[in-house]
This record gives sequence, C-alpha cells and structure tokens, in this order.
Amino acid sequence: MAKMLKPPSSARPHITRNEDLIFELSAPGKVGADLAPLDVPAASAAEELGAELVRGEIEGFPEVSELEVIRHFTRLSTWNYGVDTGLYPLGSCTMKYNPRVNEVVARLEGVATLHPYAPDELAQGCLRVLYETARCLAEITGMDAVSLQPAAGAQGELTGILMIRAHLADRGHPRKTILIPDSAHGTNPASVAISGYEVRNLKSNARGCLDLSELGRAMTEDVAGLMLTIPNTLGIFETDIRKIAELVHAKGGLLYMDGANMNALVGVAQPAAFGVDVMHLNLHKTFTTPHGGGGPGSGPVAVRKFLEPYLPSPLVAHGQDGRYFLDFDRAKSIGRVRSFCGNFGMAVRALAYILANGAEGLRQTTEDAVLNANYVRERLKDLFALPYDSPSLHECVFSDSRQAAKGVRTGDIAKRLIDYGFHPYTTSFPLIVPGAMMIEPTESASKAELDAFIEAMRSIVQEVEEDAELVLKAPHTTRVTRLDETAAARKPVLRWKP
Amino acid sequence: MYPVELQYTKDHEWLRVDESTGTIGITDHAQKELGDIVYVELPKDGERMTAKETLGSVESVKAVSDVYSPVSGQVVAVNSKLQDKPELINTDPYGEGWLVRLRLTDPREAEGLMSSEEYEAYVQGKAAH
Amino acid sequence: MRYLPLCPAERAAMLETMGRRSIQELFEHIPEPLRLARPLNLPGPMSEPEIVEFFRRAARESSPDYVSFLGAGAYSHYRPVAVDSLLSRGEFFTAYTPYQAEIAQGTLQAMFEFQTLMAQLTGMDVANASLYDGSTAATEGILMALRILRGRRVLVASSVHPEYRQVLRTYLQHQGVDIQELPFNGAGQLELGKLESEVTRGPACLLAQSPNFFGVLEPMAEISACVHGARGLVVVAVAEPLSLALVRPPSGADIVCGEAQSFGVAVSYGGPFVGFLAAKEQYVRQMPGRIVGETRDTKGRRGFVLTLATREQHIRREKATSNICTNQSLCALAATIYLSLLGKRGLKALAQQNLAKAHYAARELAAVPGVSLAFSGRFFNEFTVRVPGRAEELLAALRKEEIIGGLPLKRFYTELSDHLLIAATETARRADMDRMVRIYRQVLSANSPSRRERGQAKPSSEAVAR
Repeated sequence: MAKMLKPPSSARPHITRNEDLIFELSAPGKVGADLAPLDVPAASAAEELGAELVRGEIEGFPEVSELEVIRHFTRLSTWNYGVDTGLYPLGSCTMKYNPRVNEVVARLEGVATLHPYAPDELAQGCLRVLYETARCLAEITGMDAVSLQPAAGAQGELTGILMIRAHLADRGHPRKTILIPDSAHGTNPASVAISGYEVRNLKSNARGCLDLSELGRAMTEDVAGLMLTIPNTLGIFETDIRKIAELVHAKGGLLYMDGANMNALVGVAQPAAFGVDVMHLNLHKTFTTPHGGGGPGSGPVAVRKFLEPYLPSPLVAHGQDGRYFLDFDRAKSIGRVRSFCGNFGMAVRALAYILANGAEGLRQTTEDAVLNANYVRERLKDLFALPYDSPSLHECVFSDSRQAAKGVRTGDIAKRLIDYGFHPYTTSFPLIVPGAMMIEPTESASKAELDAFIEAMRSIVQEVEEDAELVLKAPHTTRVTRLDETAAARKPVLRWKP
Repeated sequence: MYPVELQYTKDHEWLRVDESTGTIGITDHAQKELGDIVYVELPKDGERMTAKETLGSVESVKAVSDVYSPVSGQVVAVNSKLQDKPELINTDPYGEGWLVRLRLTDPREAEGLMSSEEYEAYVQGKAAH
Repeated sequence: MRYLPLCPAERAAMLETMGRRSIQELFEHIPEPLRLARPLNLPGPMSEPEIVEFFRRAARESSPDYVSFLGAGAYSHYRPVAVDSLLSRGEFFTAYTPYQAEIAQGTLQAMFEFQTLMAQLTGMDVANASLYDGSTAATEGILMALRILRGRRVLVASSVHPEYRQVLRTYLQHQGVDIQELPFNGAGQLELGKLESEVTRGPACLLAQSPNFFGVLEPMAEISACVHGARGLVVVAVAEPLSLALVRPPSGADIVCGEAQSFGVAVSYGGPFVGFLAAKEQYVRQMPGRIVGETRDTKGRRGFVLTLATREQHIRREKATSNICTNQSLCALAATIYLSLLGKRGLKALAQQNLAKAHYAARELAAVPGVSLAFSGRFFNEFTVRVPGRAEELLAALRKEEIIGGLPLKRFYTELSDHLLIAATETARRADMDRMVRIYRQVLSANSPSRRERGQAKPSSEAVAR
C-alpha cells in the first residue's frame, strides 16, 4: 500500500507491465476458493494430532481473491513467448504445435481422474491407452517393446543404460565405459555416471559425424556401449550407422540411440534397421505433448526383444482373454524409475497426435520438418558460416564466426531476434561448434513465417555491420531488458521474504 | 604479460613460492576465459593435497573449471574473502584473488612448472589453434 | 493434415528455391536399405470428433463413476476451475524452458513463487523449481544428502512409500551405496530402537516419510535427533503435502522433498505429477534440478532468471549433481495457482476438513465388529484398518456397489495381508462413507470364512516387499 502514497510523479507503468509477486498482492482476510460445507463433525487438530504437532499460520503465505489470481497469472502469461505466439525455432527442442484436442481428451473425467491403484478391471480404458501408445511407438521405431514409465528424456537415458548394464552383467560382466560423441547433449554423460559407468568422449570428424577410426580404437571389450543421437545434434544423419553398429556389436557392446531428434525420421526410417538395441523417445518433442515452460515431459524407452526382460516394472500387457493388465512379474527388470505408470497424461496426448495423423500424416510431418529446416539453411548460408556442410535433416547449425569479428556473438543475435518477434534459435549448443546457432523450425512453420524469420536474420546481419551496439544491447522491446545473471548467481535470491 | 616472479601450469594455475609455502591462484588468462566469477569452492584448512589433484573449482555463470594443485602440500590458508567477493579473481587474479596457501611437501616440485615466458608462449600457441 | 501450415504449392516453391526436384532428395543421403519402404502400420488418421470419441470410450472404461478411497501417494482433491483455466493459456503450456529470460518472465516469476511456497510450507530456506514426482524427489534428496555427507550409507524407513523405495534402489544400485531398511512398530512408525543401533555404526543419510505410507505421522523430532547425534542427515519425504497446512513441518529435517500433486494436479492415473525438494540454505549448491533466482535488468527493474546452472548436466555433464534436465513446470504452475487460490486460510480450512473426514471414516469403521485401526500413531487424512481374513471379500463387496475401498497393503507388505489403506479427503462424501460402513457391517456380520485368521499380525521388516 505504501507505493500508493507516493506522489504521482513516480507513478509506475500500468500494472499489466509490472506485476508484483503473489505474496506482495496479499492482504489479510482474502481467499480465492471456497470449500464445500463439511458434512461430518469437525475434528480438533490438537486432539487428533497432539497439540505439539499442530502448526500455526504459514508465515508469508498469500491471501488473494480469485479475480486477483486470474489477473496475476494472466498477466504473467503475457510475458511469455510460446509456440502459440509464433515461430519457435529452438534447435534440438522440437517446438511444434500442441494440438488442442490433446488437452481436451487428457482432461476427460475418467482419463484425468482414475487412481493409479485402481484395480486393473476398473482401469481397462487407461490401460488400453498405454498399451496402444506403446504399440504405436514400437512400430514407429521398429523396436519390439516399449516402456512408458520414464518421466523425461534424461530418465529414458538412465533406464536404457541401466538395461544395457543388466544385460551385460547377465552375460558375465557389466564392463566399464560408455562411449559418447562430443556433440552429445549433457544429459547423456550425466545419465551414464548414475549407471556406474565411466564416460569416454569421442571426437566428431570433419563431416560432423562419428569418426569410425576413433570408434574402432575406443571400442574395446571394456566398453559396454555407444550412445548416439540420430540424427545428431547438428541435424546430420550418421550415414555410417550400420558400420558403427557392427563395430560396437562385434566387441559385444550395445548401441543406444538418443531419440530426441526423431522428428526427422518418423515414417522415413526405423531405428531398429540401424542396428539400435535400445533408445528413448521424447513425447514432448516429436509427439506434440506440450513443453509446459519446462515439463512435464515423457521419455519412453524402446528395445529389441532380448532387452525386453529388463524393462522397468510394471509393463502393460494384453491377456488372452482380451483384458489389459499391469505385469509385475518381471524378475530381470532393472526396477522402477518412477512411481505408478509414468506420465500417463503425456501418453494420452501422444496417442491423440498419432491417431490424428495416421501413418501418412506422420510421414508428411517429417517431410515438412526437414523441408523447412533445409529451406532456412539454404537461405541463410550466405550470411552465416556453416561449419559442417554435410546434408542435414530437421535442423541446421550455423556459427557466429563472421559476426564475432564485430564483437557480436550468437547470444546477441538471438536476443535481437526477440525484437523482431521471434523466439531465438538455440545458442552455444552443440559444444563442438563455437558460437553455435542451432535452428529447428519444425513442420509447424508456414512459408510466410519462415520468410519473415529469414528477413529478420538478414536485417540483423546488416545491423551488426552498421550498428553493432543495437544488437549487443538487445532486446529493446521486452518488458525487461537483459538480466544480470552474474549477480543472480553470486548472491542467490531464491525466494521471496516478507 | 604474466608476472615473472610466478610459475605456471598448463591448466592455468599460478604458484608463488616463499620459502616453504606456496600461494596458488588462477591466471589472468583463465579468469578472462571464464568471465565473471560467481562462486569458488576451496579446500578446508589442514587438507593435504598432492600435485595435480583437484583443489577446488571456480565457476562463472555458464562454466565451471576445476583448479588443480600445482604442487603437493598441506593447506595452511584459504582466501575466505572469495566466498563473499568471488569477483576479486577477476579484478586482481595475482593479488587479492589468490585461492589457497600450502605448506610445500617438496619445494623442488615447483621446478617442473612453466616460467612467465613459457606460459605466455603456451597461451599464444593454444590461441593459434 | 490439419496441423500442417504448408500447402502443396509452397512446398514446391521451397524445393525450387533449393534447386531440388522432390522432397525425397532431402532424404537420399540416408542409405537406402535404412529407409522405410512401406507406410507405418498405425491407426488413423482420425478427425477430431473421432479422437474425442476414442478417448471418451477409454474414459468410460476407466470407471469414472466409482467412489474411491484410494490415496497412497496420489490424492483426490477438488481442483478449482481457475487452475485449468489458467494452465490452458498457450503462453504457459506451449513455452519451452525459460532459457531466454526476457520472453519467459511469466514462467520464471511463477517458478520463483512456487519455490517460495514450497519453502514456506516445508519450513525450509530454499526450494527448487520442481522434480518429476515424489519418488524421484525422494531419490534426488538422498543423492543430495550423500553428496553433502560424502557418504555411502543410506537408511530407509520401510514405512516410506514402497514405490519411492523401489525408485531409490534403482538409482542407487550402481553407486556403491549400502541401503538398510528399518522396520516399523505397532504405532506404524519407524522403530526408534533399530534406528539408534544402526546410527551407532557411523553417519548415514536417512529417508523417512511423514505422514508415512500407512498415513501415520512419524516422530520426526526424535528421529532427527538420533540421526544428527551420529552426524548423519535427515531427508523427509512428504507424499501428502496438504498435511503441512496443519502439521508442523518435519522437525530437524535437512532436506524436505515429496509430491505436490495434491495441489491442483489431476490424479490422471499416476502422472504427470510434480516433485518438490527444499533444503537448508547451506546446501543449495548441492541441490539438483532447475532453480530460479531474482535479479535486475540493465534498467534496474526486478526480473527472474534460471540460476546456479553450473550444478546442472548441460555444464557439468558427468559431474553434474543430477542427470535431470527438465522440471515439471506446468504442474508446478498448477500448484502455484492452486495454493494462491486457497491461500493461508483456505489451505488450513481444507486440511481441517481432510482431518475431519478421515477421522470420521476411521471412527465409524473401527466401530464395526471385526475392524480395528491397525496402528496407534496419529494420522492426517489416511489410515490403515485391519480386517482379519476379510480384506479381499470386503473390497469385492464394495466394488459391487461402485466403491474402490482402499489399497490392500499385502501388495507391498506380505505380513500386512489383513490391512487396507484408506484415504478420505474433502472429496469423500459422508453418504459414501456411511455406505461403505454399512457394507462392512453386512459383510462382516455374515458367516465368517472358515479359514478366518484371528492371530495378531506382527509387523516385521523382513517380509517387506522390495
């Protein structure tokens, strides 16, 4: 209230541009939800819990009306950029359209309300959704069995590596090392570390692919397997993948595929044909479950037959009587990686997406995603350095090296794109490209929008030449300007305090 | 220019030897590469270090770099000012931005390190790549 | 295909710009034998009405009209309509992780508010921006404690949610860590004597849950004192965080983690849920997962950014504090909206209703001959009854009346074959509880089965399922 007493000269912009924290909006006595009347005798907390265990007021907890909550979060939402807002060419993240019907069916009474411990007989509908989703993903990957339990891509990785380990241990020895190319996402080595393996990094070759001779040297009988993203983080398909698989298998190792980039392959190629033994998918990338500002995701794992016994428990099965059931009888399973059946609601959305498309639609989707990425690549290649010029699929990776000469880096160009109304591409990843600019338009971009994006990039390159400061200080049109990340990390303020 | 009275490692640490104690920090080149330092992790007083062992780490917003002990010894002092002011490493890497002081196990260990001239050539050689 | 914005003419024009004759050329570098020569064998395509009908059928086959007294880590609470209304804003649910802070202030500020709410509720200093669920939060909590302690010993109360324990074992199986499970006593609480003898063997990280899997509040003050006395660390999982509106936060805990599904997230057959993790300030750099921090922009205005990123896998790779990459932002947002709506008074009143409903149900059931409360410990909105020899029969009779009567504990604890875990939140109507009690009376007053056991079931940890 104190701010209202200040003289008008210090008035702030309208509150829609300057929303306080929910705690700061709070005033004693307000409430934003009512409860139904209690239809049983009230209980005394002191009596039932013991006076010493009863909590007083939660200090600082908000007290606001329903309208204030609606306005608060609506205002916050307007400070976000989403796929619904416009082009979101964030490389490696596959920011595609999230169909609205997915959201509707995931909220149906029954689908959204069934308890995970409901007896199987009362859960046939939900079990069928899980079963069908797994079956579709098995067909898309060409693999034999799928678990939907992993809650995200990183958990899928962990699950897959644990399965490799369990299988090798059954064969006599779990081995020591997992090979990972230097272009890989950071979750790969982190997941490997939890699985008790050491990481050995492999250098990429001049084409941006795995170097076969380097792999040949590294692939010993101490190596449990190779973890490969296909197409890789440069958007490049490993054309030697069969040979890679043979090299790994010849030494008794297994091939893990990070399926984060599956949007380049659905309907065009099945990873099983590459010689992949185990892989994960990201339902929040390829299969349109919303990213939600950073989750929930879902990271199903698909395996060849010989690894099926190691899949997390339980697995959804289909009995001879036509009933679906949760199969807990899995002696060789690596165990559980998440409670219940994983992110069920994400499976609902993914299945709705697959059903909407069918085989033909999914293939067309892949083709459009690859077409869009190659179109952008073609039309930007005169402006930016292309460190690897091998053919690429669903994304392309440029480098800022030409602009860096003017002191403008990938992150600056990204910030300036915001002023043009676009979400930036991915900056500084993969690590093997200094000053990386990783662009993945996905299939969810019209030609008009791509052309506008390309024009914006051209315009920024010109600005770099004429007025680098303009780019270096961008964005200029957002509610806040560049934020001081150094101060945030030096003296972390991680919560509001009264 | 790197101070001539110091000795250097390939991992960009510097060492100043005063009789039986050695003071360790990271070089100006290292702090520039990392950018604004936001956090420093250091060993405890009395901890024993062997040469090339991880002594701690230095973090910027988006990078973290392990610091290796150039020599063996026992920690006799750590720069506690860095907990509140890690930016001292940026502003004064050879002075107020020092990290730890060791009682050296074997002062002869320092003989294997680079001189200021050698380190400068090493840094330039790396940049050329 | 209705989701695709390109038309055939545009596709052709784009190919022409690139000097390509067909889209197939863009895939030709994939070796031919690796390319799929047939269409995928998938259902569809389906129109929108067909999709809705497909899932309506699935919903009908998922007993939407049943009354459920299931809890056990997934709680049915009323979700104010404002929650979904706000979550459905595309700016929230179609956004990515807020790496570009200037156009993600909405998500960032909401996560900062979530962190604050979780810290306030748990009585801790700081909280992260969420984890996958309660089971992984408990696991990350223990991994974090092991890092802080540089320890190799974990003690786990067997009264912790069995699935949390299973996930913990999966994650720790190759970490060279010794895991010891500790039994519970007749109160349904961690056996303190056993804990005392275990901690004398050296510092350990303890995982306990309160209210625990049986619904019983653990004596956290005694437990913490015991573990701290041996220089160990205490990690407390909370599966029903609504309890924290009425029950004092776990006394002496170093890390409080758990499941926040109760706060506005649908039960949804077990997911997506939202884990949380809160800790004392000095441990913040050992915390896993995303963290949002407050800072200023170049003009001095308050703003929020992802911070302390050097802990994370994209920078530290195999040395990261966790392999976790994403959080559960949208579910954490649901919790933030929910807690804002309920607020200080609403949440307390809601917790009081839960307490009243569960104690009503417990009292009424325990008054039926042949039924007793299994444990003497205090409980919040969930409790365990003992019905010697009749558990299956009762559940079947209830199911005929479209009631899911609770969770038979023998699923996880072989020695608790006569035990049913029953949750009664504010959504449990008195009429339904009374109906359940009537069915209990009917079943139990009928002839007892010949094999009816009368012996005292004695809890022991040895038989606890893993």
